[in-house]
Amino acid sequence: MTARTLYDKIWDDHVVHTSEDGTCLLYIDRHLVHEVTSPQAFEGLRMTGRTVRAPEKTIAVPDHNVPTTAGRDTHIDNEESRIQVEALDKNARDFGINYYPVSDIRQGIVHIVGPEQGWTLPGMTVVCGDSHTATHGAFGSLAHGIGTSEVEHVLATQTLIQKKSKNMKVEITGSLLPGVTAKDITLAVIGQTGTAGGTGYVIEYCGQAIRDLSMEGRMTVCNMAIEGGARAGLIAPDEKTFAYCMGRPHAPKGAKWEAAVSYWKTLFTDEGAHFDKVITIKGEDIAPVVTWGTSPEDVLPITASVPAASDFTGGKVDAAQRSLDYMGLKPGTKLTDVKIDAVFIGSCTNGRIEDLRAAAAVLKGKKIAPGVRGMVVPGSGLVRLQAEEEGLAQIFTDAGFEWRLAGCSMCLGMNPDQLAPGERCAATSNRNFEGRMGRGGRTHLMSPIMAAAAAITGHLTDVRTVLAEMA
Amino acid sequence: MDKFTTLTGIAAPMPLVNIDTDMIIPKQFLKTIKRTGLGVNLFDEMRYTLDGKEIPEFVLNQPAYRKSQIIVAGDNFGCGSSREHAPWALLDFGIRAVISTSFADIFFNNCFKNGILPIVLPPEAVDVLMKDAEKGENARQTVDLEAQTVTTSDGQSFSFEIDPFRKHCLLNGLDDIGLTMEKAKSIDTFEAKYNQSHSWV
Repeated sequence: MTARTLYDKIWDDHVVHTSEDGTCLLYIDRHLVHEVTSPQAFEGLRMTGRTVRAPEKTIAVPDHNVPTTAGRDTHIDNEESRIQVEALDKNARDFGINYYPVSDIRQGIVHIVGPEQGWTLPGMTVVCGDSHTATHGAFGSLAHGIGTSEVEHVLATQTLIQKKSKNMKVEITGSLLPGVTAKDITLAVIGQTGTAGGTGYVIEYCGQAIRDLSMEGRMTVCNMAIEGGARAGLIAPDEKTFAYCMGRPHAPKGAKWEAAVSYWKTLFTDEGAHFDKVITIKGEDIAPVVTWGTSPEDVLPITASVPAASDFTGGKVDAAQRSLDYMGLKPGTKLTDVKIDAVFIGSCTNGRIEDLRAAAAVLKGKKIAPGVRGMVVPGSGLVRLQAEEEGLAQIFTDAGFEWRLAGCSMCLGMNPDQLAPGERCAATSNRNFEGRMGRGGRTHLMSPIMAAAAAITGHLTDVRTVLAEMA
Repeated sequence: MDKFTTLTGIAAPMPLVNIDTDMIIPKQFLKTIKRTGLGVNLFDEMRYTLDGKEIPEFVLNQPAYRKSQIIVAGDNFGCGSSREHAPWALLDFGIRAVISTSFADIFFNNCFKNGILPIVLPPEAVDVLMKDAEKGENARQTVDLEAQTVTTSDGQSFSFEIDPFRKHCLLNGLDDIGLTMEKAKSIDTFEAKYNQSHSWV
């Protein structure tokens, strides 16, 4: 048999039907659903008299536009948001799918709830009407975002019409230096490949620095595969993956667990398998990074200065100028001199317990700089609970952060958590697009420890200087 | 879904690279539970001031381009969020075709589900079409899906590639779910076998 990549293996195991032109019908193991991209799909089912084919494989949770303040389980002020959440309540009930309502402690960001509850397992196909579905690739599952029409297609048929992508390998060799995290890896990769560099590919991340990451870190890396344009990002499962899955509510038990693990152990790229594109980065070469512009590819080490539009070529010249104007930045300014107004710690990229631990370790015993607003939004109710039990919540509130309920929050600003025009935010989220966190809001993407460092000083900061003072 | 066969219409030039779906339809308009009515908010934050007045410089606010049916765009159009509200907004405005050197994956898929044709052409061809679009309202471009060509207002034609299955669906306005439902037996067979071999799923 020819040598296959991890992606090839998962793909082959899920092909239901192949047409003459190579279009495949792919079986879907897990379908995650949230309130914003699903109402039209359920409406479509009702209009055509169709049902949900596999409700037991369908999991819904409201996350995008739920407020993160107390009282939301009884009342949501914004009428449109309330209607969407109520529609999901009703659709989940009517179609009999698994559901975590706002009132449930397990509610949270869909990409944090899925792994936490053991719905996401190695070798699975996982889809959701959300581009950051790529997160689940950290388990060695093929996971990607789909549109609402495809949501309806999966609800009705438990399959998706797909053409196979090409294989791309991103290898991070060696080890990361102190102060460098999974977020810096994933941003550094996008900085190198560009936001369209992964278009048409499924990325497999590998190498020692990836192996060394925790499951949380691997989720951060895969989460932003979409920001590099890739359909999905994958990491081969290993003992860390199995240990993370074991004992979770929806993970298999007993003999089924044994059968699953022996199958999962076959999920790796064979020696000599073909990759259409290979990128190799030395772990030691990655610095703590931030974004300066309005595209996730606008990545620079924190030690650099704001670029000029003339540093770029082609269509990027005008785009860079537009970004500089929008971000209110002057070329040549040291990034560490850029003052901030707000800090956001959370999102499906960095809203897990490990992220909160890392940020809290930097913030312990310190205060947010005067005039800076800080918000921590745990990725799920269970992350929130754990952080409270570990004393992290206290560290955040002592430092002056607001400690919120779980949801997507400011990452996309669909709920009341938004930046005001011109406000500048150090954010652990995934997109720095114009208006993303609120119209006119300015977003700098970075790791949780970099965001914590910025909170203390009030400007973009090299976390290594803060870590050195702590040592 | 409406069929797509041929289209002759005004093309709006949008040379900016990396136009993301947050730009195409900002998040405050995703709270709808319908697919229609989003056209008025297409490119909302580029198109209107904070107090809702039209920004005259924005291409779709210019008299020549208010009835555009085609957009000629910079690289990597439609990147970012998976929101199908982006093609819904384009369609509701009247856009039926977008031409660029490259599209983001999910947006590209979403277009086909809504009768919008995304056309990928090499940079040289997009440059010519962009210049042609910049001529204004008398510059009507023609897209012929059957022949797989785009023609400028002065008759210069470019051929484009398209997946045969997607072409077939667009030409005939076919519903994907209906087509897949015809394969229900294959899904049943697969599922029965798969549930045996992957009992933990």
